[in-house]
Order: sequence, then structure tokens, then C-alpha cells
Amino acid sequence: MRKFLIKLSKIERRYIYLTLFLALTLPLIFPPNFPQKMSPTVKSVFEFIDTLPPGSHVLLSADYDASVLPEVDPMYRAVLKHCILRGVVPIGMTLYPQGAVLALDAFKEAEEYLGARRDTDYVFLGYQAGFQAVILGIGENIKNVFPKDYFGTPIDSIPAMRGVNNYKDIALVISFSGSSVPVTWVIYAYSKYHQKVAAAVTAVSAADFYPYIQTGQFVGMLAGMKGAAEYEYAVRKIMKDEGIEKLPPAKAVKGMDANSIGHLLIMLFIIIGNLGYFASKRRK
Amino acid sequence: MLQRRIPLVIVFITGVLMSIQYFIPHPVSQSAYNIALTWFRGVSSMAYAIAVISFVRHHSRRLKQPQNSFYSAVALAAFLFMCIVGFGFGIEEGTVFYKMYLNVQVPLQATTFSLLAFYMASAAYRAFRVKGFEATLLLITAFIVMFGVTTIGNYIPFIPKLTEWLMAVPNLASKRGILIGVGLGMISTSLKIILGIERNWLGG
Amino acid sequence: MHISTDPWVWVAAILTLAIFTFLYKDNPLFKFAEHLFVGVATGYGLVIIYFNAFKPNLYQPLFVEHNLLYIIPFFFGILYFSAAIPKFSYMMRWPIALLLGIGSGLSIPLSFQTYIVEHTKSTILRFPYPNAALFINALILFIGVLTVLIYFYFSYPHKGAIGTISRIGIIFIMIGFGASFGYTVMARFSLLVGRIQFLLGQWLGIHTVM
Repeated sequence: MRKFLIKLSKIERRYIYLTLFLALTLPLIFPPNFPQKMSPTVKSVFEFIDTLPPGSHVLLSADYDASVLPEVDPMYRAVLKHCILRGVVPIGMTLYPQGAVLALDAFKEAEEYLGARRDTDYVFLGYQAGFQAVILGIGENIKNVFPKDYFGTPIDSIPAMRGVNNYKDIALVISFSGSSVPVTWVIYAYSKYHQKVAAAVTAVSAADFYPYIQTGQFVGMLAGMKGAAEYEYAVRKIMKDEGIEKLPPAKAVKGMDANSIGHLLIMLFIIIGNLGYFASKRRK
Repeated sequence: MLQRRIPLVIVFITGVLMSIQYFIPHPVSQSAYNIALTWFRGVSSMAYAIAVISFVRHHSRRLKQPQNSFYSAVALAAFLFMCIVGFGFGIEEGTVFYKMYLNVQVPLQATTFSLLAFYMASAAYRAFRVKGFEATLLLITAFIVMFGVTTIGNYIPFIPKLTEWLMAVPNLASKRGILIGVGLGMISTSLKIILGIERNWLGG
Repeated sequence: MHISTDPWVWVAAILTLAIFTFLYKDNPLFKFAEHLFVGVATGYGLVIIYFNAFKPNLYQPLFVEHNLLYIIPFFFGILYFSAAIPKFSYMMRWPIALLLGIGSGLSIPLSFQTYIVEHTKSTILRFPYPNAALFINALILFIGVLTVLIYFYFSYPHKGAIGTISRIGIIFIMIGFGASFGYTVMARFSLLVGRIQFLLGQWLGIHTVM
């Protein structure tokens, strides 16, 4: 038994990779369809947007790139659709150049599935350089920071931007990020202008942001693929309730099924590794 | 003098002015603030020049090395192609620039980072050993959180609440302690930069 | 199963598989994909920054609207190009100094507010508490923050009472790292799941995947 455990803890890495690949692939092909239950931090963001009066504005900052695509991109798409379904105007922007086309693609998906119209139902401002200067600049006058949108249309001529001058006219800022950019929004937008901020982040950063939720600096937080799956599930339910037949792909919901199996596998690997370690220790 | 003194003077003057303007609500202070933000965005928009110059110089040098010349040629050709299609045909939806980003850069970047999953699984299997009380505590917490974040965890009665408590109380305490330390470090580093004590940013 | 006929999807799939070949070992296909990525990413950044940042922030106000206020940032921006001339490359430090000075100056009071004031306020025990559970959680939080801060104070040797307090801090730190590890596992696996979803869903057309 001891020899078996020691041997089991020394499997070649390529077999580990193959086992992992199969453990994540099979639940995608044969989905178990586990139900999604909304956690409190995600619920805070969802209910905030759900209860906003139609015509309110929410700033969605796509501060992420392709390295965190499967976690953060579904969040952006789900929140964006939620805003449009509730008559809230999402204003898209990004502090990262790579976020520009990713966010644009999300808005195009909203046009396809919800019939959203550019400049009327949503605005896409694009990328702007300067990080904290952009965040602070929006607090003074958004038109100084973004004189034109991504497509070159002057901001003054965009119907959906009428009456939006600075943070006083924006109900919520959500920073979608794979790093600590949401904290930058808290430092400059929340601390100076008392703008409400929420975070939609990759799971790596999520554990570090709980202090900000407790202080109230974040309204709420979407954490990792789980947060994305919970929000996506809820938005798809709203779309079904409103009679929308063509639904967008449920990437995060399906992905979490595979992720759950993967987690069990990692726990098994850790247990096997430790059993082999203890068995070899005993032999000595 | 030009190499080190002038940048230090610029940092000092701008740093002190921007720090004190926060406390002065006078219209002149507010105007200076807005001008500083405008200049900041303007200068930032040209900062990418350094990246492009470094990239072109590095790969142009490697063109002369036989073992690397092909790959550097690929990098330079790809860069030129993106510039031509972007500046020539626009950046809107449906353009070649847009498709190149979504079908070349995104898959390459996403897949490169996805390799981490394999390395993490291999590392957890080989290196995560329960040697002592602290490691055991770390492992137990990790297991509870891993159960809690999966959808399977919803089926086990106490797991969601325990995970939520672990994240919202002891984890929060630990992260807040680290955060306060980081905050103090950031403020002291900013002060050191402004006062010219920290000069690593000047380079060699 | 409906394999995609879109050539762009095939390009993405082939490049994805090229990166995955690195799991076996480093090879020319992976190196090609790696260098292609670097080139495309640099070109993409340049184009987006030109259209979204440089043109509206500097070119338009200075050269079209003739607003002379923008001469100074333009002058500093031009200095970045001194990186191409080794004899004058020291001038690159001037615009860096400007950004560093403004950024540091702006951040000091606001960082103090964000990191120190707000978090200290939320850690302090504030009586009365509506119920015992809230009080216990607040007490654990207070003890945790204090002990972790004491653990990271290395100017005093961790002996005696300080040593005991540091040990309690380590317990909280280990719980925090365990929680981070648990979340990191989800993050890493999500990245791989995303690529598998693309290969099986968009490329091979298995509809259950997305």
C-alpha cells in the first residue's frame, strides 16, 4: 500500500496535464447544469442596477485584457445587458488599450440580442490615456476627457450623453479588471468625488478586495467566473421572462460546471501528493 | 545637471503643487488642477513611443542573428501589418484591424495565460505538502474556499455560509493589515520620490 | 457537431493549439506564435492610442483648434522620442518626471484617505453592537488587523509578548493566503476552461459547451 501511494505521488506531469484537460472538457460536452445561487456581494451590484430609475447612467470601465477574458468578459456582457434591459444607459470606456475592442464587441452583442442602438441606448467612449488623470478628469467634466466617442462623434451631439457632465450625473461606476484598477477608481473617484464604485474582478484579486466592501468603498463585487456565472444566469432569466427567445451564449454558467469538477480534481491531486509524502516519510 | 537635476526639479515642483492644491479650494488652484490633468493626459498619450522604439530596436538587432532572425521578422511584420490596416482602414467593428485583434491577439494572449492552469495543477500535486501547523491551516482554508466557490458547494449545507464568513472576517482582517501596510508604504514612497530621496526611476 | 467555416476562427484555433504545444516542449511553432503576438499587440496598442488618446488629447486641440496651452504637453511628449537617439536619451526622463510628480502629488492625500483613514475607521470597535455574532466578528476583525500589522513590524524582534502576538497574526495571514489560493485555483482554471470552450464551441461547433 505504501509503495502504491509513493508511486501515485510521482506521476509524470504530462499525465497530470491530460487528466486535467479531460476533467475540464467532459463536463463541457456533457453539462451537469448545476444551479447558480447569487452570493451577497454579487447581489448588491445586481440589486443596485435593478432598482435604478430608467434613464440613469452607469459607467462600465473595461479595464481588462485577453489574459482574464473568460472571467471578466462574461461579466461585462451580462452587466451591460442588464443595464439595457432596465432602461439604464451604459457608458462604456476603458483605461487599458486592449479593453477597447473587447468592450466594443460586447456592445455589438447587445445590439444583436437586445436591439440596442448606439448613442441612444448606450454610449461607447473608448480608451483614454492617463489613468488617474482620466478618473479625476471625469469628476470635473467628462467632455474634457472624452471630447469624442470611439467612433469620432462629438459628445455634445450624442443624445444618451445629454445631461451627463461629471460623477454627479453617474449613478455607479463598475470597474471590470484583472488587476487592482478598481482600487484606483476608489482612490480617485470615491475618495474625492464620493462616486459609488463596484468591482468586477478576476478571482485572483477578489480575496484582496473584501476590505473595500466592508468599508462601503465598493457597493459590491463580482468575483471570478463564479460571479460572472451568477450574474449571467440572473440576466438570462430576465431575458426569458421578457419573452426574448434568442439568448446569448452562457459561457460563464457552462464554464463554472467544468470549473467545479476541476476544483475536485485539484483537491484530489493535493491529497494524493500528501499521502505519498507521508508514506515516504514513514518509510524513513 | 540636465540628466538628473532637471527631472528631480520637475518632480519636486509638480509633486508639491499637486499635493497642496488638494487643500486649497481657490479658483486659481482649481484651474491649475485642471491644467495639470490635461497635460497629464496629453503626455501619457505619447508615452507609448518608448515601447514602440524599444520593440523596433530590439527586433531589428535580432534580425542579424541567424537563430532569431525569422522570429524577429515575424514580430516586425506583424507590427507593420497592424499599423497599416489600423491607420489605413480604421478600427471599427468589421475591419481587418478588429478581426486581427479578436482572432490573433486575444487567442494568443488568453491561451498563454491558460497554460498557468496546468502548471498550477502540477505544482499543487508536487509541492503542496502539509509540513506543520501553518501549512495545514492554509490547506484547510483553501479546501473550504474551493468547495465554497464551486456550484457543488451549494449542495453542502454549511459550506456557503462558512466560506462567506472566512472571506468576510479572518481573510478580511489579514488583507486589511497588509493593505494598511501597503498604503503607508505607497505614501512614503510618493513622498520620497517628490523629495528626491528615491531616485531609482532615473535609471543608471 | 458543426465545424466552423469562418477562416478567422480557424486562424484563432490554430494559434491556440500552437501555444498549447509548449506543454510538450518549446518548439518553433510556439516561438512563431509568441513573436506574432508581440508584433500584433504592439501594433494594436499604437493604433488605438493614436485614435483614442493622442488625436483628441493633443493633435486636435493643438493643431486644429490652435490652443497654445497644449504646447507644453506636446513638447514633453516629443521628448519620449529621444529614446531613439542614445546621445539624447536622458531627455526621456523629463516627461517621466512630469507624470511621476503630478501622479505622486495627486495620490498622497487620496491614498491616505483610501488606505488608512477608511480602513482604520472600519476596524475600530464601535459599541453597542445589535447582537453577539456581530460583536464577535468585529472583535475577530480588530484582533486580526492588529496582530497582522504587528507581525509585519520587523524593526522589533519577535520575542516575548510581541512574538506571541505575531504568531496570532500568522494564523490570520495563513487563513488569508488559503482563501487567496482557493480563489486563484478558480481563476487559473477559468482561463483554461475559456480556451476549451472556444475550441469545442466556436471551432468544432459542439453546442452544449456555451
